[in-house]
Amino acid sequence: MPYYRAQVMEPNSTTPAEPAASDPAERTTESADREFTTMSGIPVRPRYGPEDLRGDAELKIGEPGSYPFTRGPYESMYRGRNWTMRQFAGFGTVEETNERFHYLLEHGQTGLSTAFDMPTLMGYDSDHARSLGEVGREGVAVDTLDDMEALFDGIPLGEVSTSMTINAPAAILLAFYVLVGERQGVPSQKLAGTIQTDILKEYIAQKEWCFPVEPAMRLVTDMVEYCTDEMPRWHPISISGYHIREAGATAAQELAFTLKDGFTYVERAIERGIEVDSFAPRLSFFFNAHIDFFEEIAKYRAARRIWARELKETYGAKKPESMRLRFHTQTAGVSLTAQQPLNNIVRTAIEALAGVMGGTQSLHTNSFDEALALPTEEAVRVALRTQQIISHETGVTNTADPLGGSWFVENLTDELEAEAYRYFERIDELGGMVEAIRRNYPQREIAESAFEFQRQLDDGEFTIVGVNRYQTEEEEVPLHRVDPALEQKQIERLARTRAARDSGEVEATLTELRRVAASDDCNLMYPILEAARARVTEGEMIAALQEVFGTYTETPVF
Amino acid sequence: MSAVAEPSTGRRIRVVVAKPGLDGHDRGAKIIARALRDAGMEVIYTGLHQTPEQITETALQEDADAIGVSILSGAHMTLVPKIVELLGEQGIDDVLLTVGGTIPADDIAELKRLGVDGVFTPGTGVEQIVEYIRTGVGERRRGQV
Repeated sequence: MPYYRAQVMEPNSTTPAEPAASDPAERTTESADREFTTMSGIPVRPRYGPEDLRGDAELKIGEPGSYPFTRGPYESMYRGRNWTMRQFAGFGTVEETNERFHYLLEHGQTGLSTAFDMPTLMGYDSDHARSLGEVGREGVAVDTLDDMEALFDGIPLGEVSTSMTINAPAAILLAFYVLVGERQGVPSQKLAGTIQTDILKEYIAQKEWCFPVEPAMRLVTDMVEYCTDEMPRWHPISISGYHIREAGATAAQELAFTLKDGFTYVERAIERGIEVDSFAPRLSFFFNAHIDFFEEIAKYRAARRIWARELKETYGAKKPESMRLRFHTQTAGVSLTAQQPLNNIVRTAIEALAGVMGGTQSLHTNSFDEALALPTEEAVRVALRTQQIISHETGVTNTADPLGGSWFVENLTDELEAEAYRYFERIDELGGMVEAIRRNYPQREIAESAFEFQRQLDDGEFTIVGVNRYQTEEEEVPLHRVDPALEQKQIERLARTRAARDSGEVEATLTELRRVAASDDCNLMYPILEAARARVTEGEMIAALQEVFGTYTETPVF
Repeated sequence: MSAVAEPSTGRRIRVVVAKPGLDGHDRGAKIIARALRDAGMEVIYTGLHQTPEQITETALQEDADAIGVSILSGAHMTLVPKIVELLGEQGIDDVLLTVGGTIPADDIAELKRLGVDGVFTPGTGVEQIVEYIRTGVGERRRGQV
């Protein structure tokens, strides 16, 4: 494997001088007087005590597995069932990714998670002009049902749970997956997994879109309706704070914007006439695990409490399962450094531990080389082993919510909850989340936070080891390289599928798709399934829908 | 705030911050755009998902002194050479071209060989980039490059 040099920043003259080694006099005066805050800027006091638990603490904290679920969604937590170790994987063509899936399953991974490439996320086929140079780069390229079938070759879909990170074109990829299940003899009722589908956070943060907001929301609601009727084991939306955080949001903003997105989907489904208790139990969340250990744990606990309260009191849920927030966690990609990359193993372990102490249901740990390139197999293995060490060696899984009742953690949970409600109010004043997005409100808040954090780094107020302090000369790590020839290979695969299909069927299913898109009272999932069966490509379906729905262009704020 | 002006024309430095490719990673581009603006430069941010043709056209229309390309999609070896080629075709040879993103070291060498002036990888301080553009554009205007 070739070796590439990691780029290391040149020593910066503005870097703060090393403090004198443990001078007790210095410790008690100057350093104790400065302001201490969490990464989100919440002030942290020198000590916390019983007076920091606010009134009705017992009710707010509750018990694991019971309303308001602050202490966790299940009574027995990891004693009953460990979290799912789910490493996100995907690159090159379906064959390479299928091989990586088998590798991960052989090494003890318990669920699959698919990363699609940028053209797939944006609804472009691999042979589209806009896809040039991007095919298979940041994920796997999937254009047709044939690709999806090869991606899951040799993997029994009735026995694994699969997560798919795709949003604007989610309905199409779900249709492909359902049809692969059908070919394997697994009915859609038995398919288990999650598809991200969280289009609101695309406009807010991840920026992979195909349509304007309103038609995109209709497609999401169609999918929720379809899954409620046909796929009882499937999670149709993974309401995601991960990308919001990566784009620069604070923990409080991640919490607030994500939950508000979630409420918006709930409102749309209720407006559609779907009973809240029939779909809410299948909504799940996806949060970031950043490096501020206690703040992250408090964030997950606050999220569960807010969700439970709002589902019950605002949306009228009756079933505890509707109020119980369950989430996937990924450690913070943005916390990884290109400098001294082995340090990232330590960062990831601490972040993963926060996810576990916060009660996550599944976890992806980043690989140490991801600030440099897609991960190598070795780096992926270390990342998976990190989870296994936390699970099997540390003993933290023995009891539910081990930090529950900590004066500090409970206080921080309250603080984050209060901050989230302040954001909800501001968003409501703007007319709700869709309108707030149109007015660039969350986008601007995130850009502000990102800029402020960069300022703290540049001024040396926040230390990142190896970046603005403790720099060393360059190190070498082996990097994974995606073979540029894979793009051509995928284009040829696509050409074979196009050549082998019935063009009359392609035209007929696309006409039907456009007709349903133009009408308000039919569910788009059904014509999408028919088109997928006729080997219509993802790009062709998206283009047909865009003829009816239009496209989206953002007015950027910075 | 002091405007950054070139001595002979007095014009503020104009920078096009460009985001080619299909990825949506705009955190870095926006931070740099704002830092350059705060440093007194005139900043035109193209927004996301731009083609090399759109970027070159913007640089031409805006009479840019510098182009800062931000790319984290892994497609830099396809898209950046295309931008360099299009700039050449348009006869734009005096613009300072910088690239920022997750770019492996030997790709950096190749990009510089093709004519990219500066490449900035993760962890680079913002002030370093601002200074680079200020100095680079100043040298060009004085005909030192």
